[in-house]
Amino acid sequence: MDLELIMTSFPKLLSATVVTLKLLSASLFFGLFLGLFFAILRLNKNRLVSGFAYGYSYLFRGTPLLVQIFIIYFGLGQIEYLRTTFLWVILKEPYWCAIIAFSLNTGAYTSEILRSAFETIKPGIIEAGRSLGLNKIFIFTKIQIPIAIKQSLPAYGNEIILMLKGTSLASTVTLMDITGVAKFIISTTFRPVEVFIIAGSIYLFITFLVHNLIKYLEKKYRYQ
Amino acid sequence: MELLSFGDNGWGDELFVATLMTIAVAITAMLIGFLFALIFTPLKLSKYKILNLIANFYTTVVRGVPELLVIYLFFFGGSGAIMYVAQIFGYYDYIEINAFLTGAISIGIISGAYSTEVFRGAIQSIDKGQFEACHVLGLRKYIYFFKVIMPQMLRLAIPNLSNVWQITLKDTSLISVTGLVEIMRQSYIAAGSTRDPLLFYSVAAVLYLMLTYLSMKLINRLEQNYSRGY
Repeated sequence: MDLELIMTSFPKLLSATVVTLKLLSASLFFGLFLGLFFAILRLNKNRLVSGFAYGYSYLFRGTPLLVQIFIIYFGLGQIEYLRTTFLWVILKEPYWCAIIAFSLNTGAYTSEILRSAFETIKPGIIEAGRSLGLNKIFIFTKIQIPIAIKQSLPAYGNEIILMLKGTSLASTVTLMDITGVAKFIISTTFRPVEVFIIAGSIYLFITFLVHNLIKYLEKKYRYQ
Repeated sequence: MELLSFGDNGWGDELFVATLMTIAVAITAMLIGFLFALIFTPLKLSKYKILNLIANFYTTVVRGVPELLVIYLFFFGGSGAIMYVAQIFGYYDYIEINAFLTGAISIGIISGAYSTEVFRGAIQSIDKGQFEACHVLGLRKYIYFFKVIMPQMLRLAIPNLSNVWQITLKDTSLISVTGLVEIMRQSYIAAGSTRDPLLFYSVAAVLYLMLTYLSMKLINRLEQNYSRGY
């Protein structure tokens, strides 16, 4: 055990934590909207619309995240036309490519979580809203969404932790997040165990915080 | 399309072999995972707090740390650790473990943590009366576990194990960082030499989709087989 290495690499890994947290929060933010959007599409009565949403979630849940990042980062740059549009400003940055891939990925999982949450809402609740004369949008935003959020909290907590682990793949497209810095230190010092312990503890600490946050929210929004 | 043909001009045969490699790594990792689950599930269910603690430590750490980090630990630290053990026994030459084993073991340890949780859940949801009945009938431990508990546990565990399998299958793509030529690595090589990353990574995505689809079909059959009588 090399204590000195631990002391010197800890601050480096800690500053890389900022990158990891930025990637995580950005992709969760976009992913939540994507997830909600596709969950609503999934519940649409039109077979074509719900089929499209199913295809999206199947595609992104059935392939590894690494493939998705590589297609977006290496693959899309190949299309000549894209290079002339404003999209290229975003797609040439590995940071944004990673966020796009992560958002699409977590969006697919979130859409499944939210869909099953919407499906477990008792029809009686919606009927009650309708018989009170509330309009569709009001029922959806004020009744269905709050219930669905409550319902899906535990599963969404797991998804946040999976996404946190997913952000480590950003290191494969040159980003220096915790894993990227850890790999750099390991390959220069050849002390994998020490670095693993610190980097692992940082990840575990974030996991611990997320876990407790979700627990707190679950308690707060429990049915009275 | 020529790029994907079989033979010297195309990458079809290389990708096919790579797909077989992915399947081989995934199955090996899953089996190693079962081995770990076989060790840690009893620890989780044990009466002794210290054994629970060990098993909880394993599952919490492995499930909370990114897969890539675990792979790096074994990739860079694996042969060092083995050489250290070998030196205790008086063997001082350089030992290198191959990429397949490194990959299968690191993914296996990860999938083992998930499998442990699945088996724990399955055993805990078996009716208590079953255990008591075995006790009353005075069944030998072997029969008690393999003939009574195991079949019931498998029925409950298979749907969740299918999730673990999906995770394991997708995690094998991360082994490409160690240089093992599986789907992801082969696509990376092909994309580099033909400068057509979009095509090859899309093919990789399709291959993974195919694997997940086919394994789902197989697992569904298995599930039906184990839920006969329910």
